[in-house]
Amino acid sequence: MHKYVSQIHRCFRCGYCKFPTDYSSFNCPSYRRFRFDSYSTGGRLWLIYAWLKGEIEWSEHFAEILYACTTCKNCTEQCPMKFAPDIVDWIIEARSDMVEKGKIPPRVSRFFEAVYGYGNPLKLLRSDRSAWSNGTKIYAPGDEYLLYVGCLGSYDENAQKMAKSLVHVLETTGVSFGILGNDEECCGNEIYLLGEMGLFQHLVEKNSQKFKELGVRKIVTLSPHAYNTMKNNYPAFGGSFELYHYTQLLNDLIEKNQIKLPQARIAVKVTYHDPCFLGRYNNIYDEPRQILQSIPGIKLVEMERNRKDAFCCGGGSGNFITDLLAGSADSPARVRIREAYETGAETLAVACPSCLTMLTDAVKAEDLDDKLAVKDVSQILKESLSAT
Amino acid sequence: MSDVYNALQKIVGKDYVSNQAEERYFYGRDPGLMPPHEPDYVVMPKTTEEVQEIIKLANREKVPITPKGGGLALTGLVIPLKGGIVMDLKRMDSILEVNEKAGYAVIEAGVTQGALKSYLQKHHPRLRHSMPDSPPIATIVANAVIHGQGRLSQQRGFNSDMVSGLEVVLGTGEICRIGSCALSSRWFSKGPPLPDLSGLFLGWFGGTGVITKLGMKLYPCKKIRDAMLFLTDKADLVPEVIRKLAYTEMIEDIVVTAQPLPPRFKGNFYILLYITGDSEEEIEFKKKMAWEALRVYFESKDGGFVSVTPDMKPSFLAMPSKDTTRFADVSKGGGFEYSGPIAPIDKYQLYLEKLEELASKYKLFYSSAARVIDGGHSMMFSFSYTFNRANPDEMKRAKTALDEAAKFALKEDGVIWKPNIDEQRMVMEKMNPTTLKVMGSIKQLLDPNGIMNPGNWEVK
Repeated sequence: MHKYVSQIHRCFRCGYCKFPTDYSSFNCPSYRRFRFDSYSTGGRLWLIYAWLKGEIEWSEHFAEILYACTTCKNCTEQCPMKFAPDIVDWIIEARSDMVEKGKIPPRVSRFFEAVYGYGNPLKLLRSDRSAWSNGTKIYAPGDEYLLYVGCLGSYDENAQKMAKSLVHVLETTGVSFGILGNDEECCGNEIYLLGEMGLFQHLVEKNSQKFKELGVRKIVTLSPHAYNTMKNNYPAFGGSFELYHYTQLLNDLIEKNQIKLPQARIAVKVTYHDPCFLGRYNNIYDEPRQILQSIPGIKLVEMERNRKDAFCCGGGSGNFITDLLAGSADSPARVRIREAYETGAETLAVACPSCLTMLTDAVKAEDLDDKLAVKDVSQILKESLSAT
Repeated sequence: MSDVYNALQKIVGKDYVSNQAEERYFYGRDPGLMPPHEPDYVVMPKTTEEVQEIIKLANREKVPITPKGGGLALTGLVIPLKGGIVMDLKRMDSILEVNEKAGYAVIEAGVTQGALKSYLQKHHPRLRHSMPDSPPIATIVANAVIHGQGRLSQQRGFNSDMVSGLEVVLGTGEICRIGSCALSSRWFSKGPPLPDLSGLFLGWFGGTGVITKLGMKLYPCKKIRDAMLFLTDKADLVPEVIRKLAYTEMIEDIVVTAQPLPPRFKGNFYILLYITGDSEEEIEFKKKMAWEALRVYFESKDGGFVSVTPDMKPSFLAMPSKDTTRFADVSKGGGFEYSGPIAPIDKYQLYLEKLEELASKYKLFYSSAARVIDGGHSMMFSFSYTFNRANPDEMKRAKTALDEAAKFALKEDGVIWKPNIDEQRMVMEKMNPTTLKVMGSIKQLLDPNGIMNPGNWEVK
């Protein structure tokens, strides 16, 4: 029996989970989007408890409430109770029970089918996974780093630009690295969060086996989602590797002067959006900022909600595909774009392909695409290096 | 009934009305111990005009309406006893005006305590409002409607005393302005020098109308805030200590805590007092005055100040206090409720003995926080008991203990704060019959169809 069954009644539905630290606005993405208390973390926990007690029946609406949670961990950060660190695990466990009973929203079901059948949630051909890579070196034993690109970096047009920029920058540094190409498989982070534990275990074992066969020791990931699951979930299945997010590696290379920043200044005001899986999940807040601040001419300004109070783009927990929070000016990515624009920044820097995709769509929906550029940190770094 | 659903959709848009089982379940309950009752619809208006249209619709269709803010009163005041529509007002979330010179804010019905606090800190750092210890999602309006108290209640009275104007949609759908805003654009007084009509709405739990805008007085926000802790093991001294502290007119807030755990707390009374000032000199002077006021007790060895260490301060100074909420999970059960009579401070010892007696009788964990109101004219004494939400027997025992506490408080000169419907009946039974008749006439006049939060303050 999952732990949540004996613990979930402990939520008092006090509502702290809805806020950032200063209470200035609502920081739970699904509550901000829908505004019914049922879509807040407290609402979700009470409904799950009601479902366990048989006080409500399963319905598609209930499932959508459960899966509209982006697992951004704002609630974990804000809940005053001792069980706060467990909240997201309870939601995942409840999802896992729903998966076992076959009670999940159709969009989530399609997500699983795509990953199972194609190795990626976009349902694109495995043989096209490396189409973006344009001769990028395939990892070979002896390379220092495996660059794990991930599904969005491999298939999504915007995220591919991110992957290409990172590869371009890394190739100038002398660091030895390679990719898996068409042999790469979904990391499983979203599969875990969506509660398909069987498929997740399959992916972990398959990936770990492959990494071990190749003698991989260090992995650098494009996506904070992959970084998170490989660092925090894989070891339980015997997959222990040295994990880096690419912003950590780039920052380290800048500090060691292996990336030589240009003298030329590109005067631009930039604001940075903390990805949940880098920030709240793994406490990495400084490295992306240090990279941006090291680029001559960049003025970094902060949004009202930043670091542990950053507002999620709405893409977590597979929502960059399932999109259960879409369709409104109150959709989290659109709210976040407006917040970024209010800083006066010309560029919104991101460090996650999911955030890049969500926020790039949102900037168009807000009709701000000629006023605010959404770029990933490596793209900004690459542009700066090209300016020399 | 689907006609009502369609009509609600036309008023607020399809995204902001639900008749689904999940919303009906959640909005049919609160975190306390009153039995659930589900609404037929949940609706979230954005404007006064939408509220007006919803109430007109409810009048036409004779559908009950229960307005809701944060839903944290714990006594079932937002549980729709007769079904119908729950109107969640939190989308009405604009802070419309802060008048620095006159010292008031005008806010919409859904503005939360947290949002106003944050806004003032950012834009008007020399002003503050009386923040209650309820979680930040509690709304300013709902807190005033239940006559809540906050950090400034020792000095300024109930939070509802600080209201400086109202806009209300009556049970008939008409819009009514109360106070100076009824004849001016300024919101500086809810009553004087006019007849004070705010009492037609404050304390009625939405039974006479839905407050859509509210003026709230703001007070100086001093640069420094500090806490002092006075400890005594003599309950009979507590009223005297409160009176002496209040006499100094220098204490922001006074809260007396009693609880059995951790063991060092048992048998002791912790009187937490707050000092504010714009300089260290001001703080030191006020601390000295508090010290002098209680000197007699150090000399008699009946009490003394306890050092407030740096690790204790963040918890003491936090607004709102997260510790209040944490009480719900003391026994890992996710529940607590309190009966909080407003009572004369000289009743402290008597109430405390009853609190402990009931805890022992019903095998419950207890705590009490007594907040001093208006210079000691009264206090809110909380009979607080935790319960485990997964233990129906303990929930039943907690409810019985609270019922007995309410009866006891009524007998001992207390007036039950934010009473649940059973307690409302007890209050009305004891009330002067003419007063009750006046209440009945007001309700009939303002809510002729009996659609506004029916079940509450129903005069038979």
